[in-house]
Amino acid sequence: MADYTKMWTDLGLNLDNHDALLENLGGAYQSIFMSQEHRPEGMGYFDFVMSEAHGLRIQELRDEQEAGRKIIGSFCVFVPEELVLAAGCTSVGLCAGADFAQEEVEKVLPRNTCSLIKSFFGFKLGKVCPYMEVSDLIVGENTCDGKKKSFEIFSQMVPNFFQMDLPQNKAPMARKLLKHEYEAFIAKLEEMTGKRIGLEDLKQGIATVNAKRNALARLSKLRTANPSPISGLDALLINQIAFLDNPVRFTGKVNALCDELELFVKENKGAKVENAPRVVISGCPMAIPNWKVPAVIEATGAVIVGEESCIGERGQRNTTDASADTIDGLIDAVVDRYFKIDCAVFTPNQERVEHIKEMAKNTNADGVIHYGLQFCQPYIMESFSVEKTLEKDGVSVLRLETDYSQEDMGQLSTRVEAFVEIIK
Amino acid sequence: MRHAGIDIGSRSIELVVIEDGEVVVSRQSESGYNPVERVQELIADISFDKVMVTGYGRASLEIAFDYPTITEIKAYGTGAATLHPGIRGILDIGGQDTKVISLNENGKVFKFEMNDKCAAGTGKFLELMAVSLGYQQNTLGLEALKGQEGIEINSMCAVFAESEVTSLLAKGCLRADIALAVHQSVCRRAVGMIKRQGLKTPILFAGGVANNACMIHLLKQTFGDDLIIPTSPQFVGAYGAAVLAGFL
Repeated sequence: MADYTKMWTDLGLNLDNHDALLENLGGAYQSIFMSQEHRPEGMGYFDFVMSEAHGLRIQELRDEQEAGRKIIGSFCVFVPEELVLAAGCTSVGLCAGADFAQEEVEKVLPRNTCSLIKSFFGFKLGKVCPYMEVSDLIVGENTCDGKKKSFEIFSQMVPNFFQMDLPQNKAPMARKLLKHEYEAFIAKLEEMTGKRIGLEDLKQGIATVNAKRNALARLSKLRTANPSPISGLDALLINQIAFLDNPVRFTGKVNALCDELELFVKENKGAKVENAPRVVISGCPMAIPNWKVPAVIEATGAVIVGEESCIGERGQRNTTDASADTIDGLIDAVVDRYFKIDCAVFTPNQERVEHIKEMAKNTNADGVIHYGLQFCQPYIMESFSVEKTLEKDGVSVLRLETDYSQEDMGQLSTRVEAFVEIIK
Repeated sequence: MRHAGIDIGSRSIELVVIEDGEVVVSRQSESGYNPVERVQELIADISFDKVMVTGYGRASLEIAFDYPTITEIKAYGTGAATLHPGIRGILDIGGQDTKVISLNENGKVFKFEMNDKCAAGTGKFLELMAVSLGYQQNTLGLEALKGQEGIEINSMCAVFAESEVTSLLAKGCLRADIALAVHQSVCRRAVGMIKRQGLKTPILFAGGVANNACMIHLLKQTFGDDLIIPTSPQFVGAYGAAVLAGFL
């Protein structure tokens, strides 16, 4: 990596903290990703993106800023990238997957807060996230109580914050609320750029994001093969990078990787042996560099064949209908697409259980591991009914509840190994 | 053929060697700070053809001697099903965790639950309570049986429970009564786990805590004769590992 010290200093990062983070991250990446066997060559691009995630990619974003683009940071798959792109802006994901500056975080948040929320606070307070610092606007959304209340505090720490309300059910009024919020978001973007979003802008935004989702759907489909041509860790990484990379370039690289994986499938080449136990992970999102549970699962010889997660199927499935020829019609199409997301903050949320069943079936999974972040009430509450419903259908389920720390690695390994012994 | 099973738990290590289905060696030692060395001592003078290691410390032996490993869930499942055919559930309360395991009619594990990362309600918890109450670890259960009902310990966290015990002692409660309350709280938790998983009976009670007379007494109040106590509750895992070594 080139020397980005000046850029990081300009962004106001704490260089000591940042060095420590990068060193940790680099070590984890080496031992978890680079030690995998039978990796497709196409992963080289994603390895490169990861190695330059705080370097070249930030430089690119700053160059875009120089050229007049605004960078919009967000934490949730309910913030439509289509709208951001249509406004001539760039979208980046800010969710974080590592503990950082915990003592500082616990001065402003209760201890019993989920790791994901604590993590982005830690990245802010420790001044280690260049994406957060480069963002011209940060969008917080009212999903769970933890997030919406913590955004009250977080919004005071950043110069430009936009709060997006979200519905909690799928009634017609709730859809109206979502549309209202998306219109308010468009107004905010237009105010920042000083330009109205035109019909063609929105069509183009939708087309770009649809192409990205189609590429990711293609990747998901390839993983239904036995042996799966790609490890779950690598697939998760690609889904994580989807939130950081330039969407058009990313789409091209995912499609190129899929071309290679199609050959793998033809030649019966896989990330793990043929008939390796197949697992679907379901539950809370895993943001970079949260690779803890997938690494434990795949270390047993099992292969992860799908992620029912915001960073995975829940966030990326379904495209937006781009056929309308008015802006309002296209906004309706965007609302329709996002209104289908079956996040656990909704009630009732039967669609999610049905979707997990469907994923387990389509991927020929031998079992489902439900991943809950400690103190994430919506997903942990749902995990009980997910377990019951799937087991009634003969699908084995293991419910895990953990956080970003490493202290429960022994117990996690035992549980996961025992689960894999059962489903083998 | 002699098959050895080694179960490296957080508090103790068990070794079982079986030959033609009969147990020919069974030994136990404390885990201590260097379990690999302890295992070397345990196996120094015995011979075996195949070996399987289980328990919390299994990875250290995999690294040290390249021994094959299996989780304690499978080892306990196999051990219980071989020793007591027809067993449908296992409650294992060991040094640092509590496990509830469901077996199908063929004796295969199909579901399990383990306590979370802290030692709430495990053998270690009872050990700490024994210290707080000034009892020997191995007589805690017998002393508790002399206690009168009426006190309730609410905390499952060893640290909080200790302060709860201290304040009960300060109030003048009898230590035998407190000891009984401690056992009742561990028992409630175990029964809760068993009920949540919908464990079928008969249930085998294994692990070090299955040597505790008060725990047996209390669990029998719920499960009666459906609760079976093996002759050597701490050796079920090592025995299961030895059986599984035979399939290598």
